[in-house]
Amino acid sequence: MQLILQGISHRYGGTNVLEDISFAVGDGEIVCIVGPSGCGKSTLLRIAGGLERPGEGEALIAGKAPEGSLNPLTYIFQDFALLPWRTVAGNVSLVLEDHGIETKRRRAIIDDVLSRTNLSDFAHALPRQLSGGMKQRVAIARALAVKPAIMLMDEPLSALDSQTRELLMDDLVALWQRERFSACYVTHNLAEAVRLGRRIVVLSRRPGRIREVVDIDMPLAERPERLVELEKLQRRVWEIMREEAREADREISDVA
Amino acid sequence: MSHEAASTQGAGREEDTAAPEAARPVPFRGGGFTHRRLGPVAPIVFLAIIALWEAGSRAGIISPIALPAPSEALGALGDLVTTGMLWKHLGASIYRLGLGWVLGSLVGISVGLMVGLFSLARAGLLPLVSALFPIPKIALLPLFIIWFGIGEGSKVATILFGTFFPTVIATYGGVDNVDRNLIRMGQSFGLSWLSIVRKIIIPGAMPAILSGFRISASIAIVLLVAAEMIGAETGIGAYILMAGALFALDQLIAGVALLSMLGLAIAWLIGRAERALLSWRA
Repeated sequence: MQLILQGISHRYGGTNVLEDISFAVGDGEIVCIVGPSGCGKSTLLRIAGGLERPGEGEALIAGKAPEGSLNPLTYIFQDFALLPWRTVAGNVSLVLEDHGIETKRRRAIIDDVLSRTNLSDFAHALPRQLSGGMKQRVAIARALAVKPAIMLMDEPLSALDSQTRELLMDDLVALWQRERFSACYVTHNLAEAVRLGRRIVVLSRRPGRIREVVDIDMPLAERPERLVELEKLQRRVWEIMREEAREADREISDVA
Repeated sequence: MSHEAASTQGAGREEDTAAPEAARPVPFRGGGFTHRRLGPVAPIVFLAIIALWEAGSRAGIISPIALPAPSEALGALGDLVTTGMLWKHLGASIYRLGLGWVLGSLVGISVGLMVGLFSLARAGLLPLVSALFPIPKIALLPLFIIWFGIGEGSKVATILFGTFFPTVIATYGGVDNVDRNLIRMGQSFGLSWLSIVRKIIIPGAMPAILSGFRISASIAIVLLVAAEMIGAETGIGAYILMAGALFALDQLIAGVALLSMLGLAIAWLIGRAERALLSWRA
């Protein structure tokens, strides 16, 4: 399934946050969106998944969702968004309960996704008992349970410490090798972007416009061995962004 | 200069960890501003006050006309038990309190959810709630007597109205405080509106609703006594009023002690409910 954004513009009150953004996420492709803080990255992602209406332009999906997909466009949030009063298994169960799946099959799906994310031993733990990395794994398990066609990831690793981030990044790469999901991955971390992205969409500071799209034609599996090339790419993206980031840093914000 | 000193000292490695002569401990400046659990203090304070009071009464420092001794109040309480009047008064009070509080809480939670969820309800009902909340419900008792009769109806209605308003305010405040990201998460997974309310909003508002219960239960007890002082033959309020009219101060103190125990019992029950329903917090 493909996600196509066409001429998206958006404003909050009197402030333009996004201006004429167009790009597409192809089948099995990870597209990273980077940009200085406050450039509307998260707003763009909310528009892409239908959580917010764009002022202008439209978000389109093309092609059929894979067989049995319960929720084609599925989010992974920066703050994990787990219900603190439900156990790990209960949090996964939440997103299956509205689909009229019989209890036995639901339990089988939960067991399956928890084992795929190495969480089987934590099925009955509450979120407050888990580390940040574990919480995000639960959120990933929850996303897998609905068989998404396109994952919309809003800075999924930003709330984690750098070691956990490395571990989860490896998990994500391994997961992608197996499932070949499409993803729109918003981040401010350029190292994440060059490790995961097939393409990197660089946004300008507010109002966010596409500054440049950087293609990375290197298989994900080879990237850990070709760090020198990645380093060069990362520097190139940073060169594009540097001035924008500096200006954005000096701006007075009046948008919440 | 300090660099030189460091390098000359570095030559003698063993001396590095050994304390120089003028070494003294870093002064401790932390601590304080936290609370320790001191279990037996509360009963000791309580018993000490009663013992002082009793001793004062026996020594004649406290006149029995001004304040009867605790032992006399205990005697009055014993009379209540032996004559069987305790259960009659307590039963009548608990019935009114239970019925009025449960109905008031149920209606209050429903209205509070509506105010929390629907803009129309918020615009229409919230000013009404703000206008009626500060009215002392006991001032409306004569009105309630005309509407619901002199019997149980008017007393239950007083408690119901007294419970209703704080519950509405606690509930809609709780709904407003539910993490918006959790609601957005529910929407992003395509959960139905009812599922979002049932599985995300109500559990999320539960801590606020339960702390509202603490306030509404105390208000309910105050209103119970007030309502029972007007046109009731049974109930703790009626018992206290009767004792006051006869200047039977021992009975008056016994009645007040009963109310205090009722309040403690309710606080304990709500504490149990909090532990059961909010075990995920801790």
